[in-house]
Amino acid sequence: MTTVAHAQPHAHGDAQHAPMSFWRKYIFSTDHKIIGIQFLFVSLFFLLIGGLLAMQIRWQLGFPGKPLPGGGILPESMVQNGVILPEYYIQLVTMHGTFMVFFAIMPLLVGVYANFLIPLKIGTHDMAFPRINMWSFWLALLAGMIMLSGFFVPDGAPRAGWTMYAPLSARPDLSGATISQKLWSISIVVLGLSSVMGSVNYITTIINHRAPGMTWFRMPLSVWSLFITAILAVLALPVLQGAAILLLFDQTLGTHFFDPGAGGQALLWQHLFWFFGHPEVYILILPAMGMASDIIANGSRKPIFGYHSMVFAIIGIAFLGWIVWGHHMFMSGMNPTLGSTFMVSTLLIAVPSAVKVFNWMGTMWRGNLRFHVPMLNAIGFVSMFTIGGLSGIFMAATPVDIPLHDTQFIVAHLHYVLFGGSLFALFAAIPYWYPKMFGRMMSERIGKLHFFLTFIFYNMTFFPMHIIGMGGQMRRIYDPTIYDFLKPQQPLNVFISYSAFALFAVQFLFAFNFLWSLKFGKKAPMNPWEDNGLEWSLPNPAPHGNWAPNTPNVYRGPYEFSAPEAGDKDYLPQYVKLPTDRDPVPAPLPATH
Amino acid sequence: MRWWLPDAGSTFAGPIDGLFTAILIITGIALVLVEVGLVTFAIRYRGRPGRKAFYTHGSTRAEVIWTAIPAVTMVALGLISNHYWVLIKDKKSVPPNAYRLGVHAKQFEWQVTYPGADGKLGTSDDFTVRNQLHVIVNQPTAVELTSEDAIHSFFVPEWRLKQDAVPGMHITAWFQATKTGEFELGCAELCGMGHYRMRARVFVQTPDEYKAWVAQQAAGGTE
Amino acid sequence: MMRATQVVDEMRPPVPAEPGAGVYSKKLGMWVFLASDVMFFTALIGSYIVLRFGMPSPWAQPGAVLNVPLTGLNTFLLICSSVSMVKAYAAIADGKKYFLRKVPGKRLQDGGLKFWMLITIICGAGFVGVQLIEYIKLVGEGFTPAGYREASLLAEHALADPIKYGAGVAGMYGSTFFTMTGFHGFHVTCGVISMLYLYFTKVLPEKYSAQDYRGIEVIGLYWHFVDLVWIILFTIVYLI
Repeated sequence: MTTVAHAQPHAHGDAQHAPMSFWRKYIFSTDHKIIGIQFLFVSLFFLLIGGLLAMQIRWQLGFPGKPLPGGGILPESMVQNGVILPEYYIQLVTMHGTFMVFFAIMPLLVGVYANFLIPLKIGTHDMAFPRINMWSFWLALLAGMIMLSGFFVPDGAPRAGWTMYAPLSARPDLSGATISQKLWSISIVVLGLSSVMGSVNYITTIINHRAPGMTWFRMPLSVWSLFITAILAVLALPVLQGAAILLLFDQTLGTHFFDPGAGGQALLWQHLFWFFGHPEVYILILPAMGMASDIIANGSRKPIFGYHSMVFAIIGIAFLGWIVWGHHMFMSGMNPTLGSTFMVSTLLIAVPSAVKVFNWMGTMWRGNLRFHVPMLNAIGFVSMFTIGGLSGIFMAATPVDIPLHDTQFIVAHLHYVLFGGSLFALFAAIPYWYPKMFGRMMSERIGKLHFFLTFIFYNMTFFPMHIIGMGGQMRRIYDPTIYDFLKPQQPLNVFISYSAFALFAVQFLFAFNFLWSLKFGKKAPMNPWEDNGLEWSLPNPAPHGNWAPNTPNVYRGPYEFSAPEAGDKDYLPQYVKLPTDRDPVPAPLPATH
Repeated sequence: MRWWLPDAGSTFAGPIDGLFTAILIITGIALVLVEVGLVTFAIRYRGRPGRKAFYTHGSTRAEVIWTAIPAVTMVALGLISNHYWVLIKDKKSVPPNAYRLGVHAKQFEWQVTYPGADGKLGTSDDFTVRNQLHVIVNQPTAVELTSEDAIHSFFVPEWRLKQDAVPGMHITAWFQATKTGEFELGCAELCGMGHYRMRARVFVQTPDEYKAWVAQQAAGGTE
Repeated sequence: MMRATQVVDEMRPPVPAEPGAGVYSKKLGMWVFLASDVMFFTALIGSYIVLRFGMPSPWAQPGAVLNVPLTGLNTFLLICSSVSMVKAYAAIADGKKYFLRKVPGKRLQDGGLKFWMLITIICGAGFVGVQLIEYIKLVGEGFTPAGYREASLLAEHALADPIKYGAGVAGMYGSTFFTMTGFHGFHVTCGVISMLYLYFTKVLPEKYSAQDYRGIEVIGLYWHFVDLVWIILFTIVYLI
């Protein structure tokens, strides 16, 4: 975190005559902005780890049986003569999924931006419970470390896929991993606790701490989406925790929840996991949608098209998200009649998603587009999320799901949503709020180069996976070439692998841009994107306590770009008082009992 | 190089491939619409000095249209899909004259139990063969799936058939192969480190060939 | 700088804001947390229902393995603690910070916050204690999370009367019993520890007053919730 300290012009001044030591300020901080930045560094670290694991997966799928370059540094239990072993391969797929979902994308979206943006965008000093917020970060880090330690125990990392289907995950004799399977369960329980603590904070803060004038329908869509996401997290994570606890007890205490021999049910795990897991999918995309909405409105210099329908679409997606979990289980032996029900609810989710896409396009329509890096990535997000959403329709239609289920087609679909969707939105959000975090701008030139190269290599990597999946290549198989029906498409696997390596390499542009700009980036002006959000009424980086001891007044919605009242400027911030505006009246303080 | 679904090998392939193509066309239209729209807007409305964006908060009519069209499309798609889904997977859809086989999955092999000469499972002339699935062409066949240990998934791409085998459950999956020849059966659900090599050879045979093979097995013939 | 920091820390909550939920943030936060806890217990209880009614052989008869009268008494203890929690809340709402005080004309002394909180803590701790004793006794008889221990008293009983003791379901019986009651016990323990903490840091130093007793209200919400969960668990695990 030292780099952060250097990047903050006030940091040195504070350190000299402030009571807050470095430790209090940057390590055991209760400031929502510092906690957001802590989450940012930690989850980018896990993103890197997840990416490294993905590269090894791609090496094995593209070049099965060939020694992994640099594989010599891995222990004998993972590679032999440089060649990845099957038992290591399933550790790779398991941990790639686990890290990316639980420790990279989810904390990047929720841990970083819910923490950083909510108080700044609703105009308050901090979270409702700053100390609980700090604990939320430290528990998340602890969970990550427990998960990571799986690689360093005997038998290696967990081996049952990130979905941990029982009974494979519950029985070490089946999976071959003893200790790390338990570590997975423990880590998930800790992570769940962290998420619940964070979400309690976000929900309470948004409900009770909005600045005077920040009515519900003046909240930016980023805040709306983070609010709905927090509700999903608060209700979904405990179910995963419950499931992980049952699994842990099966692994340690000899209980029989998932042991069919004693009346346990293998499908129970899937129901519990996906009852959590599908809302989780929306936890991973809704904040991305919200932040992309903010950025697209800014880049288009136009109010968001259909603000209310955007809000209702978020709520609709979140609501439907609770009744579709069975679509992960069409082939599981679940009653086929249930399959029909889940198919209908799943197809219906396409409707609010389509509404969002059309509204983003409507926002760009007749705009005056500014192609700054966040805007480019946000447009990339819309176009890639569209592919991910549309490919989902194939699997939602149950008969078509039969050949596609558990193949690379699913892998393509979920990466279009998680990488093309969430990660592109993050590549938009990180440079967008970077000046607010560090007081400096990220390089536009490197950012544009990074966007175009990522966009190209990303599609070269993941689009062909659809075709490979149609051909029938199953997920998580170590060597596709042993199947005759998969041999003809091996050249495509090689192509995907090369593209993936290029995609990974290009990310170093981003890493360089991110780190270099901390110290050498251009000093950020007060409102670099000419945006309307409350956060831009503060200096960059925002000081501890934000507006304390005052709170800003809010006079209008968040998307008044090009409003006639704005005069010759094409934006009208929420905090600017026009002569015609009246000051909002704060609510009476709630009773203290 | 193959760019499409594998060649059709069962009666399911017709409707499933048809539905796949239909969805591909629908989603293709939507995709072109969105991507072309994005690119057009990006070029046409690119920022130029002196221009100002059109100030609007949206249009209720547009919202209604683009909510209604996907909704109607999705409901129609759901109804059509459900028709075939019931036909393929519903327990009542297994033809009564289906030839029954037992498939027991375990780490990392498929144990196929054949009914022997009398055509009935659970009798003394049943015999079990590892990693070889012999079925009769154009004959509805039902496999009774069980699992020894982890969850496995019975997957023959040419038949468009996939069904998990779950420990503690008896699941019946049926199909009617339409093409003779040799195919492959793979496991589609991660079942442990040998998941990738849980492979069986599938032989779709004429009734005579199949009878001959059964007789050879009964006589203690090797695989 | 120091002053600014202090001001910030003291300013929250409350700060001027839009009308929110109409309750103070700690209470709202507790409601949200309880919603999440409801989902946690729903996962456990839902699994229990699915597993129990999916069993091929009947469940053990109520009272065969578990000591219903003892647990009934324990349930009573927990309900008492909820009542005393209400009394504690009512006491501080009236500004009664004291332990006991004589009321002219009445034989019984009037309890204040300190008295009723202590009663609540004692009842809660008593509940956990009785549950521990019950666990030790059950494990001694051979009832474990994995089922009836081989060659134990219960295993013999189950052999003699498989229907009454649910011989075919022993594994699942143990699994669900210990998991559900264990996690409830864990919740009670957390509650007792929190109340002890409040007792020594806030109640004894008389930091609560008729004007501000938010801590008591928030922990009270939690406590009633845990009590409610127990009544459900007692019914489905012990009585049915």
